Amino acid sequence: MVNDRQLEVLINDVYEYHGFDFSGYSRASLKRRVDRLIQLDNFADFTAFLSKVRTDGTYFKHMVEEITVNVTEMFRDPHFYKVLREDILPLLATKPFIRFWHAGCSTGEEVYSMAILLKEANLLHKSLLYATDINPLVLDTAKKGIFPLRMIKSYSENYMASGGKKDFSHYYTANYGLAKFGEDLSEKMVFSIHNLVSDGSFNEFDLILCRNVLIYFDKDLQERALQLFDDSLSKLGYLALGTKETIKFSSIQDRYEQVQKEKIWKKTK
Amino acid sequence: MEKNKISSSFKVVIIGGSAGSLEVLMKVLPRLNRISAFALVIVLHRKNSEDSTLEDLIALKTTIPVKEVEDKTAFLPGFIYVAPSDYHLLFESHNQLSLDTSEKVNYSRPSIDVSFESAAEVYGPLLTGILLSGANSDGTHGLQVIKQQSGTVVIQHPDSAEMPYMPRVALENNSPDFVLNVEELLGYINSIE
Repeated sequence: MVNDRQLEVLINDVYEYHGFDFSGYSRASLKRRVDRLIQLDNFADFTAFLSKVRTDGTYFKHMVEEITVNVTEMFRDPHFYKVLREDILPLLATKPFIRFWHAGCSTGEEVYSMAILLKEANLLHKSLLYATDINPLVLDTAKKGIFPLRMIKSYSENYMASGGKKDFSHYYTANYGLAKFGEDLSEKMVFSIHNLVSDGSFNEFDLILCRNVLIYFDKDLQERALQLFDDSLSKLGYLALGTKETIKFSSIQDRYEQVQKEKIWKKTK
Repeated sequence: MEKNKISSSFKVVIIGGSAGSLEVLMKVLPRLNRISAFALVIVLHRKNSEDSTLEDLIALKTTIPVKEVEDKTAFLPGFIYVAPSDYHLLFESHNQLSLDTSEKVNYSRPSIDVSFESAAEVYGPLLTGILLSGANSDGTHGLQVIKQQSGTVVIQHPDSAEMPYMPRVALENNSPDFVLNVEELLGYINSIE
């Protein structure tokens, strides 16, 4: 196991050699990810790993891809999507144009879920879904909209639990163990690399979703990200976080009102 | 950019379990004394769902306050903490809990190994890991790490477990400090000061 000191050396060197700042990441999780990578890539010890990270740019990219957690699913937490479907989208529907930002979208499963909700609410034609991640590899997967077929059964159950009434298979084509989601869903998506640690606001949005990303950040970095979201939200826009994340105790809290008991906040000022 | 490490100054007891472990908790929790000297963490394999039934059930069975675990929840003695479903529960060095949705470990999230290992790193000799009934081998490796870090290892006696597989695998791969049946387990936890 990597010790605390080694982890700090890695964070420092990564910043010094590659300009990438992991200093605001939660240590407990980061440590597990580093341990896992050292094991997966068969390094003899931490020193060998560190030297590779320092000197090999290609390996460093691989490290960034592997160190960030990319576990996601379609209609994750179906009840959350039910609230979006029934309570939030009808309010956004009155706008001439609706902008969404999925920050830390990983392989895009939640972006496609949102596109399905919008299609069913007949809003997709006037929506734009920006989806960003720090990791270019996962964005490639997201762009393709191709997900493992073995996951579809549980996605289909999630979809129904979220209030979906259609036959879920209507949204994808199955082939060789993969499910490809239709381009009618992805045509309103824009994918791009964005780092919540160092990049700024790039547009104004009506709904920002950042679910299970802030858990990997310490309080200071969470504060930065929340400020960034606040700067990027239109008045009366919504911010949606993961089921165990909160804006409580952050500096933006006073300007927001929680929607029911959901992890959705409405910007009021 | 080294963070100041505040030394962790209280004891931590983590109870891990799978199938058949809830019944043990239901027997033990109502008869637990106040736990002012330590924090009690419960990591059970559970169906992944958003509901908080397990927390509610546990809170009903004990007079010890149950703190809801969210990201970066402050971790304090005197409280019970329950690992939320579909997240791994981790321990930061400054008495804070954090959550992680990375890959399942031993087909489980929360995984008992993950919490045992993470807590052992931070709390070392102040940590006691208790492994209960289950039909999975989660927890075995975590107990080894607890031992390496000079913590205390307790395993439910397989004969007293509804599902003996998990404690048996743990026994075969660990030298526990205590192997206890349910009544003894209650006495043990009540004796921690």
